Amino acid sequence: MSTSVPTADNMQVNDPQLKGKLKKAERFLKIRALLLVAPLVLFVLFTFVFPLTEMLYRSIHNPILVDNMPQAAALIREWGQVELPGEDIFSEVGKALVIAREQKTIGRIGNRLNSEHSGMRSLTTKSARKLGKYTGDDYKTYMLGLDKRWGEMETWSAFKVLSSEYTMTHYLAAFDMQYNAKGEIVPQPEDRQIYIDMLLKTLKLSLMVTVFCVILGYPLAYLLSVLPSSKSNLLMILVLLPFWTSLLVRTSAWIVMLQSKGVVNSLLLYLGIISEPLDMMYNQIGTVVAMTHILLPFLILPTYSVMKSISPVYMHAARSLGATPAHAFIKVYFPQSLPGLSAGAILVFILSIGYYITPALVGGRTGQMISNLIAYHMQTSLNWGLGAALAGSLLIVVLVLYGIYNRLVGASQLKLG
Amino acid sequence: MSDINNKYVSFQDVQKTYDGEILVVKGFNLDIGKGEFVTMLGPSGSGKTTCLMMLAGFETPTQGEIFINGTAVNRIAPHKRNIGMMFQNYALFPHMTIAENLAYPLQVRRMGRSEVEEKVKRALDMVELGGFESRRPKQLSGGQQQRVALARALVFEPSLVLMDEPLGALDKQLREQMQYEIKHIHARLGVTVVYVTHDQSEALTMSDRIAVFNNGVVQQLDTPQGLYEKPVNSFVADFIGENNVLHGKIESEENGICSLNVNGEKIKATAVTQAPAGTQVMMSIRPERVVLGSHHEGIDNSFVGSVKECIYHGDHIRVRVSLLGQDQFILKLPNSAATGGVSVGDSVQVAWSSGDARALDIVEY
Repeated sequence: MSTSVPTADNMQVNDPQLKGKLKKAERFLKIRALLLVAPLVLFVLFTFVFPLTEMLYRSIHNPILVDNMPQAAALIREWGQVELPGEDIFSEVGKALVIAREQKTIGRIGNRLNSEHSGMRSLTTKSARKLGKYTGDDYKTYMLGLDKRWGEMETWSAFKVLSSEYTMTHYLAAFDMQYNAKGEIVPQPEDRQIYIDMLLKTLKLSLMVTVFCVILGYPLAYLLSVLPSSKSNLLMILVLLPFWTSLLVRTSAWIVMLQSKGVVNSLLLYLGIISEPLDMMYNQIGTVVAMTHILLPFLILPTYSVMKSISPVYMHAARSLGATPAHAFIKVYFPQSLPGLSAGAILVFILSIGYYITPALVGGRTGQMISNLIAYHMQTSLNWGLGAALAGSLLIVVLVLYGIYNRLVGASQLKLG
Repeated sequence: MSDINNKYVSFQDVQKTYDGEILVVKGFNLDIGKGEFVTMLGPSGSGKTTCLMMLAGFETPTQGEIFINGTAVNRIAPHKRNIGMMFQNYALFPHMTIAENLAYPLQVRRMGRSEVEEKVKRALDMVELGGFESRRPKQLSGGQQQRVALARALVFEPSLVLMDEPLGALDKQLREQMQYEIKHIHARLGVTVVYVTHDQSEALTMSDRIAVFNNGVVQQLDTPQGLYEKPVNSFVADFIGENNVLHGKIESEENGICSLNVNGEKIKATAVTQAPAGTQVMMSIRPERVVLGSHHEGIDNSFVGSVKECIYHGDHIRVRVSLLGQDQFILKLPNSAATGGVSVGDSVQVAWSSGDARALDIVEY
């Protein structure tokens, strides 16, 4: 008996509806997959994507003048910043200030102007009060007589900067820059340059934390991966123990250990190694030590899980091929463990760039990081726009670093387990 | 041959225990000649891999000494032993290309670049994988990876190569092909090979000599032919090839032929066992040595059995017969016109020669 064997030609059915049929058959699977992830997608959308976008929007959104003195803002936008504005602008601004005082928005306007050019708050509130009684129509002369600051270009460029609905001033401020009276971008005065230093310090401390985590975590992860599971489970619990303790308790424990009359200093003094207590708390050392301890598991876990998947047979093979243990480790084992190590290191680095609570508690004055400044602007100075811009720049820096990493190593090399 | 050539590798009274309680390898002695292909064969957990690992240097004997080329190696680190090794899952370094994998043992020996390149090329040509230099191991099929592993184990020209179930991960057809390939390369290069496997047909195909392991003890060390034709005990007879077993008591022995009482009948068999009369022993005979009908030459055992099952195998027919109280008695009849007539339920005359039947000691396992 013989049967005809289908060839490539007669297996290709000339059915134009075949693709449609396939789609129909797969539609149910697609809908089911979508429904399975729908709750998570919605959750992420409402609790993460939406607030984050809203916050980043604040860093460039600048509605204060446009909302509260629309006509004046429109006129100032057209002003060329070459000479003092004319009577039309003076009168619109004057009238708008009076209205703002009646509507009690003058404080907010003054505050915002003040962050562009100091002294603007007192100038606007004082002028608004006096302008309320003015009945003439030569606002320019009157206001120049009221306060000579109305005759300064800086005053008007502060208005100009805020006259558009969207502005880069927060981002300029986050990188220690500003607009000058002529509308050019110039560096802030030196005594007001703090954010770039802070950003660099944050990067430096994060790098230190990452390096220490790698030095401490890599050998431990290796040990965990080669020990028999009865012993490695116990060690793993010790590694995970910090995860199960409150962050606050762990950080406070470091205060007990490292403060000037703490455990470490007392011991060193008692042993006669030092003659006076070392400063290890409320500075950068405190921040780095406490953060290294807290972030160590984030390095160990991905490294360990990748190492666990490296068969010991590779080391045997390398040894049998004539490599010394050290050479085999460097050339054969280490490259294979690199995906886990770099995933862990990136995780630690990104987490520490945005770390807030530990520097706030043990950092003192010098151990603060940029997230503490962001929190300051969010909670104390209430300059949300600047806070958002700082957070935004942090995000940009992280993305840039990730991009560089991706170029050098390749993100596909990352392995979390 | 000189003594050193007979004992290129020598295990002398080697013992190994991992936990101080159970001996994985007991009193192991084995001499391997230069250029020989010796296989350690046994079920898993029989100690064969442990012996190989001790030879490679990844395990240390608890007692006894291993010599390579006359030198005691117990205290020599693995990387100084100059032994090529093949592993079950290839163990090619996944982060290196094929060429880098092959170059690795040469680079650790600090060879010049041109020499490395030339040797890598020659090794790849040997396994017919020229042109695959820049591929990664993952991009190769299982058989190709295994060839690369073979080339890597040979590229630095070791005089001793160890293979730890290297073909275990391949499918049947590829495995057989690789068996011949390894055998041919061994014959061409003249290296000494110690091979570990649990697959008896692989061992029979490839080896000069085979050491059959069980429970940490070598049961028999012999050529493939010797193992198959003349097993020394019931374990070897069972482990190597197929055999029919009849249990019985020794009644008498004369000129190396003993007579056994099986189920009240008298059977003649070659006395391999030294046991005295009255001992329970096992008679073993290969299925292909059993014939139908008693008119053959040299036949001195002949009994009537009934056919229980016939299975068609193409080149032969496998017939299961109930005989002397044993209903798993197997015959392999060549597929010829003469044997076509057997069918289930028939009464048949089953016969064999006492020279092919062996009375063996029963070993516990």
